[in-house]
Amino acid sequence: MTARIKLVDDNGIRTDGRKLNELRPIKLEVGVLSNADGSAYIEQGKNKILAAVYGPRDVHPRHLALPERALLRCRYHMAPFSVEERKPPAPSRREVELSKVIRESLEPAIFLEQFPRTSIDLFIEVLQADGGTRCAGVTAASLALADAGIPMKDLVVACATGKADGHLVLDLNDIEDKEGEADLPVAYMPNFNAVSLLQMDGLLTIEEFKQALDLSLDGCKQIYKLQKEALKAKYIAIREEVEECLQ
Amino acid sequence: MSFFYERRQIVTPGDLLAEGDYLTGDNTYREDSKIYASRLGLVEYEGRKIHVVALNTFYLPSVEDQVIGKIIEVNMNGWTVDISSPYAATLRATEAFNKPFKPQRDDLTSFLDVGDLIIAKVVAFDRTRDPVLTIREPGLGKVTYGQIIRVSPAKIPRIIGRKGSMVNMLKKETECKITVGQNGLILISGKNPENERLAVMAIQKIEQEAHTSGLTDRVTEMLRKERGGIG
Repeated sequence: MTARIKLVDDNGIRTDGRKLNELRPIKLEVGVLSNADGSAYIEQGKNKILAAVYGPRDVHPRHLALPERALLRCRYHMAPFSVEERKPPAPSRREVELSKVIRESLEPAIFLEQFPRTSIDLFIEVLQADGGTRCAGVTAASLALADAGIPMKDLVVACATGKADGHLVLDLNDIEDKEGEADLPVAYMPNFNAVSLLQMDGLLTIEEFKQALDLSLDGCKQIYKLQKEALKAKYIAIREEVEECLQ
Repeated sequence: MSFFYERRQIVTPGDLLAEGDYLTGDNTYREDSKIYASRLGLVEYEGRKIHVVALNTFYLPSVEDQVIGKIIEVNMNGWTVDISSPYAATLRATEAFNKPFKPQRDDLTSFLDVGDLIIAKVVAFDRTRDPVLTIREPGLGKVTYGQIIRVSPAKIPRIIGRKGSMVNMLKKETECKITVGQNGLILISGKNPENERLAVMAIQKIEQEAHTSGLTDRVTEMLRKERGGIG
């Protein structure tokens, strides 16, 4: 390989001007879709992702219903216009896999056993992709679940760490994801210090892995604060408005 | 033994509310001796019990609840009723007729047809069985007039108020008949459309501002002002 792109310059600054352990700017919004029972929107760097939740509701087809708990169904989907080259709208192998891992990362956080014979349907729609969409998807999805009023043990928050030009870098963007040496997405429940998703591709030494995991968890904790603020924002705004009127 | 939040502070799922010898109330759960919130809501303490008053929920049936439902299916020996909850309810045909019900003689659709609205009460519900309704009590039965509005079931306690204070005030100020279903549907019927409009407006205000304090007084004031403007 010749003329590789330099992902980290001599001063430790990345292609988009971030430091090694810096997150991309994140914007979170809750309750953006009025037809869904719960919804959330996330912008993380150039990522733009919508999450919508329906349920708990009747299971269709009927035979899928579970007698002892609710069924969580998840669809992760990338819009055809979400990437540079048009992506066919049919679910690809990758999307089917991500739907599964996202579902499994959220399942331990939800009290599914409280709603037997029902289903909770989760839709994650990537409108614009820029690396780390599964993590941003999990972050948005757990907000949408909370917005739908579904009882949860904790919010789930996800963040990836990778290796680019020999440096561990937090919250990979698209180019670092593709050109970098490794990628380690982690989903995390901060109040229980529990990891619910851990994937890795590429190569890391054991020592690097430990550091990368710590870095990911650190990123998760930062995003967790934003998640809580986003959930409360709508209600705090109304309360302040009322209090202003009273004065 | 310690609390971590003030009364009426907003908490999110997973927030640690208290540690020690406390009881779990609504929308909370226990892990060892720690009590956490399981929904977005406001913290309330009631002696040793800790509640979270949810800001948004769906309706889970509970025995003795009055609900407003819509017939979605007519079966051989009863009706399926949508009570806007995760579980569809059933109403048995024996509820409708005074004499013993015979499928070959009695036409269920002549009593209730698809699309009809009913006020009903939940008589049975648990994890293994869908809710069963009854309409054989005074005040229950088919809805024949009025208008229905839908609010989040989480706001119903606020609309009823302490011992019915809010809904009684609404009835008095707007001179409307107001029937509140625990599942978030409210039936309003007034002497004229103007009264009904006022009631709807007031209920929407309560839903919007349910988590703020001094609401009853503010709604009363708003209604009096509105009525004064008309008269």
